[in-house]
Amino acid sequence: MEQSVEAKLKEFDVEGYTHGVRRRDRLFEIAGLIATLFVLTFLFAVSVDLLIDGWIRLKEPGFYTSFPSRFPDQAGILSAWVGTLYVMAGALFWAIVLGIPAGIYLEEYGGKGKIARIIEVNISNLAAVPSIVYGLLALGVFVYRFKFGESVLTAGLTLGLLMLPVVVVSTRESIRRIPRSIREAAYALGATRWETLVHHILPYSLGGILTGLIIGASRAIGETAPLITIGALTFIAFLPPAPWEDFIGMLKSPFTVLPIQMFNWVSRPQEEFHYNAAAAGFVLLVLAFLMNSIAFYIRFKVRRKYQW
Amino acid sequence: MTLSLGTKKAIDLVVFLFLLFMGAVSILVTFAIVWVLLVDTIRFFTHPDGGGFPTSLIRFFTEKEWTPTFYEKKIGIWPLLNGTFMIAGISMIISIPLGLLVAVYLSEYASWKVRESVKPWLDFLEAIPTVVYGYFALLFVTPILQKFFSLFSIEVQGMNALSPGIVLGVMILPFTASMVEDAFKGVPQYLREASYSLGASKLRTALFVVLPAAKSGVLSAYLLGFSRALGETMVVAVAAGMYPQITANPLEPVQTITGYIVQVALGDLPFNSFEYLSIFAAGMLLFVITLLFNSIAVYMKSKSVGY
Repeated sequence: MEQSVEAKLKEFDVEGYTHGVRRRDRLFEIAGLIATLFVLTFLFAVSVDLLIDGWIRLKEPGFYTSFPSRFPDQAGILSAWVGTLYVMAGALFWAIVLGIPAGIYLEEYGGKGKIARIIEVNISNLAAVPSIVYGLLALGVFVYRFKFGESVLTAGLTLGLLMLPVVVVSTRESIRRIPRSIREAAYALGATRWETLVHHILPYSLGGILTGLIIGASRAIGETAPLITIGALTFIAFLPPAPWEDFIGMLKSPFTVLPIQMFNWVSRPQEEFHYNAAAAGFVLLVLAFLMNSIAFYIRFKVRRKYQW
Repeated sequence: MTLSLGTKKAIDLVVFLFLLFMGAVSILVTFAIVWVLLVDTIRFFTHPDGGGFPTSLIRFFTEKEWTPTFYEKKIGIWPLLNGTFMIAGISMIISIPLGLLVAVYLSEYASWKVRESVKPWLDFLEAIPTVVYGYFALLFVTPILQKFFSLFSIEVQGMNALSPGIVLGVMILPFTASMVEDAFKGVPQYLREASYSLGASKLRTALFVVLPAAKSGVLSAYLLGFSRALGETMVVAVAAGMYPQITANPLEPVQTITGYIVQVALGDLPFNSFEYLSIFAAGMLLFVITLLFNSIAVYMKSKSVGY
């Protein structure tokens, strides 16, 4: 009755078994490849869908130089892209002013101290707060309590805060990559901490910080929800005053941005407006693509330039 | 430039204080968020239109309709929670298996070259504006679903939960997949080699050695992904409809917490009106729920075994 181990081994089809194992391995690899390709196809489908739907508007030069209109074939994105420009400038300003110093503090000065630890946990929590909650913050605090109104200033501040975690994290990461020996060499020559910071740490980490800023901005440029919450208007038939003529007026001016203009057009029932929405979406997509490419390029360059 | 040692030390201190202050601003932001949500939520629950405090709170959790903007105000939160969790759930059904497949493939199978050429595109996928995904869900995915389901003579409404759910699933995939991949990267090479040396295949090693070793990182990635899906706004605002209802049917329109906030914010919003306060109450709930999931995710990650 009882088979010996050897007999069992003899019966066991080693070749068939390993063949099966190899095949399953191969099948799984192909499944993984297909899944990855599916995700990339999705990206491709989104872009092509927007391009096809929006082509009729994208090819019109008037689309870029006209204000929104009741007539879909006359409506354009002039106020939207100008608004996006102003709002992003504001967002970058706040992200630079608040984010980079915070990142430097955490990496260079904070160490393992208690305050640094609290700030660190806090920033990682902020990163996970849904963007629409930032919109509620802006509505409750900036718009009504600080009386900034539904303005370029409020929008820039809101998106700047939204970008903050990305900027802080990328600043920290690029500073962390600088080896300790650089700092010690500076100290050994009698440099103080801020001299070390300004002469060495900042220049060497600038590429990484810049990459973080651009990545953060590429996310912020498409943010719609927090700006809808603060009450960005969708029908703006004028431009904010140029900052070199009336800076305060520009900050206080009502605005619209590309994603909000697009949202407005998507939510309309007439199909003609959907072409406009697709065209605006494609412009956004191109902007996001350009920003990401620049960030990718800088990262690549920096990797080459500084090899410790 | 010659500065005296005293001046240098003073500059050093000023710079330090400036940096510390800027770091502390982030804490201020958190406080401001919690404060504004809390204050306006309390005002919502004490507002006479809701019936005043304890009544309003009881109504919030017992009523089955959500109509704070109507003449007859019902303030039961369940329809919004229903929509929020249904869409986030659908997105996870897409995102978990697909994301795991992509992450295992990229970290265990793909050559360096494939990985390096795929990753930038995944990064870019994360940078696509969500309103664009909303457009895609409404005008590309929904029509396909309608055609598909009409084969079985099932009607899919123009606004439904399924389409934004699917699109959200693909949308959060790069985010979760890259975190899962990081978790895999944290698994030391010697575990894989030990497995190979015992004759295990790549597949067996990936599923029975690497995946269990990276378990807490993977779980934490999916919790963060789920939390992100709960708080996503534009896809659902465009494609899910504006009809808060309690339903288990993903082919019907629903409304999420975020969708409601957008709907109300689009209208004229008098400061301190009942409608105005209701978006803060809804937002507070969203904030608490996402914070909960994030905290579990962070806890999970902290429990991961160090090798």
